[in-house]
Amino acid sequence: MVSKKKKKYSSGEGAQFMTRKAALKKLQLSLKDFRRICILKGIYPREPRNRKRAQKGAGGIKTLYHTKDIKFLLHEPIIWKLRELKVYQQKIRRARAMREYKNMKKYLRDYPEINIDHIVKERYPTFVDALRDLDDCLTLCFLFSTFPSLKKVPRDQSMLCRRLTVEFMHAIIAAKALRRVFVSVKGYYYQVELEGQTITWIVPHHFSFQPQNKDEVDFKIMSTFVEFYTMMLGFVNYKLYHSLNLVYPPKLTAAFSADDKELIDEQAYVAERIAAMNLSLARVPGSNEAEELPEMDIFDTEDNDPQKMEEAKLEAEKVKKLKTMFKGLKFFINREVPREPLVFIIRCFGGEVSWDKDHFVGATFDETDESIAYQIVDRPSMDKQYLSRYYVQPQWVFDSVNARTLLPINKYLMGAVLPPHLSPFVDKTKDQVYMPPEERALNDPNFKPLNEESGSDIEEASDEDKEEEEQDSEEDGDAEAALAKQYQQEVEEDSDSDEDQDDGLDPEKKKLAKEKKKAMAVTAGVPHKEHPYQKEIEDKQAFRLREKLVRKKHRNLYKSMKAGQEKRKKEIWLLRKKRRLHDEKVKEEKKAEKRKQRMQALEAST
Amino acid sequence: MPPFRKGLLKRKVDAENLEQNERVNTFNQAEDSEQEDLITGEVDAASDTTDSEHEDETEVPSDHERDEVLFNDSADSTFGDDEQADDASGSSSDITDSEDDGESEEGDDSDSEADSGAESGPAPASGDSGSDEDRSTARPAGRVKIKPDAASHHTDTSIDRLADSVHKASVNTQPVTQRDEYSSGDTSDEEDRRNTVGDVPLWWYREYPHVGYDLDGRRIIKPPQRDQIDEFLKKCEDPEFWRTVRDPNTGQDVVLSAQDLELLRRVRAGLVPDAAHDEYAPWVDWFSRDVLATPLRAFPEHKRSFLPSRDEARAVGRLVHALRMGWAKTRRQLADERRQRRQRAFYDLWGAGAAEPRGLQRHIPAPRRPPPGHAESYNPPPEYLLDAQELKEWNKLSETPWKRKYTFLPTRHASLRAVPAYERFTRERFLRCLDLYLAPRAIKMRLTIGPEALVPTLPSPRELQPFPTFEALCMRGHSGLVRSVDFDPSGQYIASAGDDGSVRVWETGSGRCVRVLALGASVARVVWLPAAGLCVLAAAAGPRLLLLAPGTGPRRAVERTDDLLAEAPPDHDVAVDARSAGAATWERVAPEAWARATRASILHARDVAHVAWHARGDYVCATLRPGAAGGAGGARAVLVHQLSRRRSQLPLARCKGLVQCAVFHPTRPQLFVATQRVVRVYDLLKQELVRKLLTGAQWISNMAVHPAGDNLLVCSYDRKCIWFDLELSSKPYQTLRLHGGAVRSVAFHRRYPLFASAGDDDNIVVSHGMVYNDLLQNPLLVPLKQLAGGARAADLVVLELRWHPAQPWLLAACADGTLRLYA
Repeated sequence: MVSKKKKKYSSGEGAQFMTRKAALKKLQLSLKDFRRICILKGIYPREPRNRKRAQKGAGGIKTLYHTKDIKFLLHEPIIWKLRELKVYQQKIRRARAMREYKNMKKYLRDYPEINIDHIVKERYPTFVDALRDLDDCLTLCFLFSTFPSLKKVPRDQSMLCRRLTVEFMHAIIAAKALRRVFVSVKGYYYQVELEGQTITWIVPHHFSFQPQNKDEVDFKIMSTFVEFYTMMLGFVNYKLYHSLNLVYPPKLTAAFSADDKELIDEQAYVAERIAAMNLSLARVPGSNEAEELPEMDIFDTEDNDPQKMEEAKLEAEKVKKLKTMFKGLKFFINREVPREPLVFIIRCFGGEVSWDKDHFVGATFDETDESIAYQIVDRPSMDKQYLSRYYVQPQWVFDSVNARTLLPINKYLMGAVLPPHLSPFVDKTKDQVYMPPEERALNDPNFKPLNEESGSDIEEASDEDKEEEEQDSEEDGDAEAALAKQYQQEVEEDSDSDEDQDDGLDPEKKKLAKEKKKAMAVTAGVPHKEHPYQKEIEDKQAFRLREKLVRKKHRNLYKSMKAGQEKRKKEIWLLRKKRRLHDEKVKEEKKAEKRKQRMQALEAST
Repeated sequence: MPPFRKGLLKRKVDAENLEQNERVNTFNQAEDSEQEDLITGEVDAASDTTDSEHEDETEVPSDHERDEVLFNDSADSTFGDDEQADDASGSSSDITDSEDDGESEEGDDSDSEADSGAESGPAPASGDSGSDEDRSTARPAGRVKIKPDAASHHTDTSIDRLADSVHKASVNTQPVTQRDEYSSGDTSDEEDRRNTVGDVPLWWYREYPHVGYDLDGRRIIKPPQRDQIDEFLKKCEDPEFWRTVRDPNTGQDVVLSAQDLELLRRVRAGLVPDAAHDEYAPWVDWFSRDVLATPLRAFPEHKRSFLPSRDEARAVGRLVHALRMGWAKTRRQLADERRQRRQRAFYDLWGAGAAEPRGLQRHIPAPRRPPPGHAESYNPPPEYLLDAQELKEWNKLSETPWKRKYTFLPTRHASLRAVPAYERFTRERFLRCLDLYLAPRAIKMRLTIGPEALVPTLPSPRELQPFPTFEALCMRGHSGLVRSVDFDPSGQYIASAGDDGSVRVWETGSGRCVRVLALGASVARVVWLPAAGLCVLAAAAGPRLLLLAPGTGPRRAVERTDDLLAEAPPDHDVAVDARSAGAATWERVAPEAWARATRASILHARDVAHVAWHARGDYVCATLRPGAAGGAGGARAVLVHQLSRRRSQLPLARCKGLVQCAVFHPTRPQLFVATQRVVRVYDLLKQELVRKLLTGAQWISNMAVHPAGDNLLVCSYDRKCIWFDLELSSKPYQTLRLHGGAVRSVAFHRRYPLFASAGDDDNIVVSHGMVYNDLLQNPLLVPLKQLAGGARAADLVVLELRWHPAQPWLLAACADGTLRLYA
């Protein structure tokens, strides 16, 4: 008896995957509809382990989907909706062709909507899942909220985005969930922490919309994404509002009520949005305002690491402080300052904020109010200044939030050259990360950046700096030559330091010692001290020999890892060098200026 | 207008308004047409009714007038007839109208006169002349010309006036009804009312004295006919002849007035006949949208225009009822409903019910975008800004922007308000969208280990001391390459040989050259005999293997050596088979050579490449270099010479490949033969192949056997040192790639667990190679130290290594003609 020969690719990886063409055929959908349903359902191609086998022996690179994913799509009720839509569109086309415009109008008016609530639930079974995936959603919604009415984008979509984003920001304000902010050239980055999930999104700078080339950007695809994201964000907003004891569809200003669809110009819209952010929301009656989080309990867990516990406690304390950082402070925003991020941030941390009521709606108090603590200005000078408040530049707010304390304002005063604005997202725990001197100064209060000290202690500082550099190179460098050099230096210094130590003793003792020396002819032998560098050099050499014993299997991996390390090291080196050159230049300039002043003073005196 | 048009044109005007307007318009139009019909009807009635009164007469022309004003321009509003228009001289139409009226009244008067019976033509004519000056000038001539004939009285200069007056004059006896016809006014197409014969050609009356009939049926007598002569005479006499024309209807002569002539001239010139007509008069828009205080049209509106339509009221009522009952909805309501349907109603999606697992199998969440670094800041630290060189590179990559370091140009903005919108923002979001739905996803395990974790953990070299760490001695003397070195068994002396053809013996402690033996040919190898009591060197000089007695060491040993090698054993002891006999010849040593320390000399077919002693010292194994032909087989390349019996033999019956070297096992009767790629182990007693070791190297250069005999170290030209654990496997236990160039020599220390390897690389590597007695424990190999070899000469650095028999000292034969001792 001859057993039937097994067909090739009927099992294993060949059966697991399906090309896009096969998927289209199976689902009986057009590519457009397939794309739409993939976006809505969150289906994506998969990378096979063996492409050749997965493609059933075909060459080239094809878009491969899991067969199970496609089968999953097959049970989606929306597919039927899509097919009905297809029929409906044919009706519209027919009416147009037959010049039955009345019918056509009716069809267009009653265009069926697809309900995708169940997909949101299906893709995100829990609220936390939805929060985890909110990054792209928020960024895209914020972008779409700035869009005018476009051909491929339904107008009420961008209206909806506007409403939802403002609602979300309100929820963040109410939850005091903002943790980090960053002003980038691309836009404002915000990071919030909701239910233990960090969500980061970008809000573009103003006037971000520009007409795009057709082959650069396809708004139809983005619009499909937004269709899903708006649903998702709406449900998230609802849940957030309810968890914060707020009434969900919040009563915002007129611009956000959905029923008036008149086009508002960008300026007016932005002003409305900001004004809306300055409102406080209606609370559910019966809920008490101030809900203090309970103290963090200490559990005796298995891995009872006291240091970790301490750290976690410290972190919680810091966050608590951050939440009420601006509490009781009144801010006034000058009219040249981009208000939106500042209002959002200040409100997030409990501050009160207002602006010029003549120019924008929604101001709560006047500039003449004496209780204003900070006025945020972005211009070099002002005519009329109040003594009762500080005039600071907007970067102070961002940097303070990232530092989690109110930073000293002396560097951020009006007209001052601002210190660099650093990203709070750089992971400091990783090794081989370049830290600009400013950041190190923030972390370590003893650290002094070079360009800060005044002229009198330049030399001193430069010495310190040298030491710093030495430490730096000690951290990352394994350049043996450098090590050897240092070693020699150290050896030389050692002898010096011995003397130095002697110098450090009391003069009397020194005297005694001298007398002793004179009395005794025999000098005390210096014990041979094996220097740590020597050992290090030896270790380095031994390691170099040892790395030749890396197994053949890992050799390429090891090489690439090493190459990556080298590259990063080089980058750091380059940055450090550039910084050094820059600082030296600045110092030179400062010196020259000082000299000039002195010369002028001399001339004046004579 | 169809409703869709309205929609397409997107009129902002309310549709209802428009419809109302339209309705009003159509209504007006209907009214107008009705009115017109009415007028015509009335006119007809007037013409039909024979017994109409004077009131009618007055009414109808007024109607007519009104109609004219309504539907015609003001310029030609007065009369439809050209002829009548001719009369209107310079005055306005109203004036002429009034004149007409006056005229008619006059006519009436004349009628009454006629009634009295006085039939006089001039009387009404005079009245006419009194009314108009212009006419009066022309009239006398006409009166002169026209003959006072019959009933026709020409009182007017113009044809019409003439006709009218003639008619009036003639009809004086007629009833009023008759006259009504003429005064009705709409007689525009009538030409001559005196002749009522109708529209018949006049030549019908050519034979008769009359031309037609008047209204009473009397004949109208022809005026006297003139013949040609009369005509001529008249031409001569009458100065007005040139402007006299004959009326074809009546046959009378008519003298054209100056006005007539002017009219003719204007018609010929193609001008508007009326000189008074102003072509460029200002336009008066009588029918504008302005509601006038007094209407232009004086007839009253119809009743139904004041009363609301009952039909409409009923329809409206029905609609109101439907709306009230909720059966019908207004458009606004409908739109609201639709909007509400479209409005997203959000609810607590995650509220009730347990979370179901995600439907998608093995879901891979999309990776998040990397967070922004310092460079992306609007005010980055100065080191992140691109300097001139980096900027140049940036610009160079403008064609291939994905190769750039950043997707954006790090820029410093002095203040926040100066930050512009990021151009690529939309594009970047779009690319992210594409990534989300189009990029294939796979789970990639990210290594959390550093590269250090891949390096095997070995004991620190410091724990594995002693081993040589520095160069203690450097012995110079050879003029060429030093090919070979060796310690004597006590470690007191060093023998070295090189390309300069000499063998030198050095003292280890002092580094002094004790003896120099010149052999004439370049020496490939020099090896001390390992037995303690003797002092013999085996040196391979060209095809000869020489046994030298350098004379160093204790005197007893020297003497014993000389004794042993002085005389050859008896021939019967030397039983050699024929195959071996051809391979090597023991030569007789000449006394001069004996004096130069040569004790024995064995001549081979080819140059000797490698020499190795048996541990007991009786046997020496020589490996020949492959010949020029390369043939001869490996079997003939290995020879074993026995000193005591002075005989040689070929131990291998056959051997594949080029033999590189052959060494004895230190304890067992085994021979290791290394060909290019494999090492074969032969048992010499059983005369069989024990095992074959697959090295994996391309070309073996040398090998060394561990003093215990269970491990073998093979080095190769392709930079490898291969450690074989003979107990373990025929595959390498470990392959060490410690060198950057070909490895030429390896050596085991006899006492310490050390080995060293060197070659064309700059460094000599000293390693720890611990072999345990426990069979379960594998050898431990730790590279310990890199020692600098000599200078490079002809791409060679170190040619051979040897360990001191007792001390951890390493001796290297360097290519720069030195021997270096590391301690």
